[in-house]
Amino acid sequence: MNKSIFLSLIFHSLMIILTALSLPFMMRSPIDLPPILTVDLIQITDKTTIPYAAKATEVLEKIKKKEEEKRIVSQQAPPSEKKKEKPDRIPLPDDLNKEKKQIVKKKQNPEEIKDEIRQASEFEKKELFDPNQIAALIDKSKEETSEILKKNKKLTQSSVKTSFSNALTLSQEDALKAQIFGCWSLPLGLPYHDNLMVRIKLRLKPDGTVSRSEVLDHARMNLPGQGFYKVLAESALRAIRICQPLRVPPTGYEKWKDLQLNFDANEMIKG
Amino acid sequence: MKKLILIFIFNLFIFNNTSFALVEVDITRGNLNPLPIAVSPLYVEPGSKEIKKDGKIIQNIGEEISKIIEINFRRSGLFNPLKKESFVQNPDIAHIKPRFEDWRLIKAQALVTGKVAITEDKLRIEFRLWDVVAAKEMNALAFSTTPDNWRRVAHIISDKIYQRLTGEKGYFDTRIIYVSETGKKTQRYKKLAIMDQDGANVKYLTLGNELVLTPRFSPKNQLVTYLSYFRNLPRVYLLDIETGVQEVVGDFPGMTFAPRFSPDGKKIIMSFAKDGNSEIYTMDLNSRVVEKITDHTSIDTSPSYSPDGKYICFNSDRSGLQQIYVMRSDGSNVKRITFGKGLYGTPVWSPRGDLIAFTRVHKGKFYIGVMRPDGSGERLLTENFYQEAPSWSPNGRVLIFYRETKTDSKGEGFSTKLWSIDLTGYNERLIETETDGSDPSWSSLLSK
Repeated sequence: MNKSIFLSLIFHSLMIILTALSLPFMMRSPIDLPPILTVDLIQITDKTTIPYAAKATEVLEKIKKKEEEKRIVSQQAPPSEKKKEKPDRIPLPDDLNKEKKQIVKKKQNPEEIKDEIRQASEFEKKELFDPNQIAALIDKSKEETSEILKKNKKLTQSSVKTSFSNALTLSQEDALKAQIFGCWSLPLGLPYHDNLMVRIKLRLKPDGTVSRSEVLDHARMNLPGQGFYKVLAESALRAIRICQPLRVPPTGYEKWKDLQLNFDANEMIKG
Repeated sequence: MKKLILIFIFNLFIFNNTSFALVEVDITRGNLNPLPIAVSPLYVEPGSKEIKKDGKIIQNIGEEISKIIEINFRRSGLFNPLKKESFVQNPDIAHIKPRFEDWRLIKAQALVTGKVAITEDKLRIEFRLWDVVAAKEMNALAFSTTPDNWRRVAHIISDKIYQRLTGEKGYFDTRIIYVSETGKKTQRYKKLAIMDQDGANVKYLTLGNELVLTPRFSPKNQLVTYLSYFRNLPRVYLLDIETGVQEVVGDFPGMTFAPRFSPDGKKIIMSFAKDGNSEIYTMDLNSRVVEKITDHTSIDTSPSYSPDGKYICFNSDRSGLQQIYVMRSDGSNVKRITFGKGLYGTPVWSPRGDLIAFTRVHKGKFYIGVMRPDGSGERLLTENFYQEAPSWSPNGRVLIFYRETKTDSKGEGFSTKLWSIDLTGYNERLIETETDGSDPSWSSLLSK
């Protein structure tokens, strides 16, 4: 009798602990992905061109010399005002400061070319030159972006990767991959970079069409020297749109309705 | 007891169920085909004036502009412009509102539309770049200029689209200066010539009665430095392409080689043989003060600055064979960076600073290759009987060089042609020129 009571107590305690642990999971609300905000940058419309056009006319009136008449005037301010981008080059913190100072108003006129922003290589560091340590210098030059890249890597590594044996069978997974492989056109101009991966989170409908998509790490698009990331992300989104409806199993919708696709161009680009 | 076990299993099931939250799939493969892009002929507004080219009226300026954009894209190797015959939608409607279904039907992923208006002496060209799959506009710009600048505008539009679709600056609105060659191999006439990067608008800058060598563009502006022989004496000249003004920088003794600008355009760096030994020197273009950079008993030639101006790469035979070295711009800390078999020469630092292009000679073959500034990651891009003098495009993605062909048994068939190759090593293109060409140098972007 005592033994039964003892066992009953142990099992009851165990049940209480298990229930206490599982309750938070039961109470947790399902993942609700924020909706994607599509921002269309329309640079010429009737309204937006008015101030620029007026300005351009005013400028043109002032220019009387024949040589100057030949120049090409862009009616869009951004190209001339923007800081010169150096795709593929990972600027150093020092570079950034110096370049900011040197941003000048540029025009699309070869006759009025002003001093361009000074080019800088990865050598531009305070340390004395030692070719033996160039590789190390190049690595250091990536400090600007490394933190975010590391963070991204950590996110990927630490995020719980669902076993496909639970959600999709191997053949289902292969079918989905094969479908997307065929739709994804890699941008060929991608630089040789450490991190050429774009992670896209999808909410799928039961028929495999995409109801919501979100580019993770989208903050990376605005980092200096990461212009290619936006291009890569756009190519991945294009692939999803071309491919949909995705080849998903006819059953088990709850298991695969939230899908994360990791588009990794590293293997393809680096060979 | 049975009940307890059931509850226990139920709890386990709850735990297990949470792992279905997010499924991850790694996509590691895709197409490496050039991006299919449709360049619709630009719509010409009714009442627009006609433009003449070589005395002939251009029938459809909108189509001509779209053709130039197409050629630029095809040559880049990154895009596949689709045939115009397959287009369903007319340019006039397409520019206002593309029917994306029609463009998706022909497998286009990007679409370029535009409009041209010519009034009096003013040309206005606008274009829009569309993402066909997402059915949205990616970029739109308008340019105003004089009508005779229509080709340049086509190149500028190509650059803008290239930048939007690849994330890096383009290189289409640029020029190439080279040595135009005519005549037999034993009696070549060499003239300085300049053309657009696509081979159009060739202009000859010298008459051909003096030997000209190694023209080099300034990375800052439209200045060119080159070497010419006057009464058998080497002279370094400075030529302003915009104004046509030319001046002698100086007469130098002995063999003088390859003057090249510093990144700020204030100095030129070259090698010449003083006291019988070739060393590297710089000359300040304002003060004309010459400074000796290297001091070694060996032959040091072909210097090229890093884009930040702090380092110089050059070739030297101080180790016995010609190899590439890197040093600080004051001549200190000289370090050899190539150790491969054969000879290495003509090093040129990339405008991005990440690579050095070079010519390698090994077992009778000439290679154009690239390597990192520390000498690692050497990649040979192209191999041929004779080729050398690589020069970088301003975005550091394409190299231009020249290649010679063998003469036959009769001593004929010799020619020198300009070629380009991109960093992948797969996109090798002949650049059509009116005459033979050698020693090309790529300008910076004309429109910044």
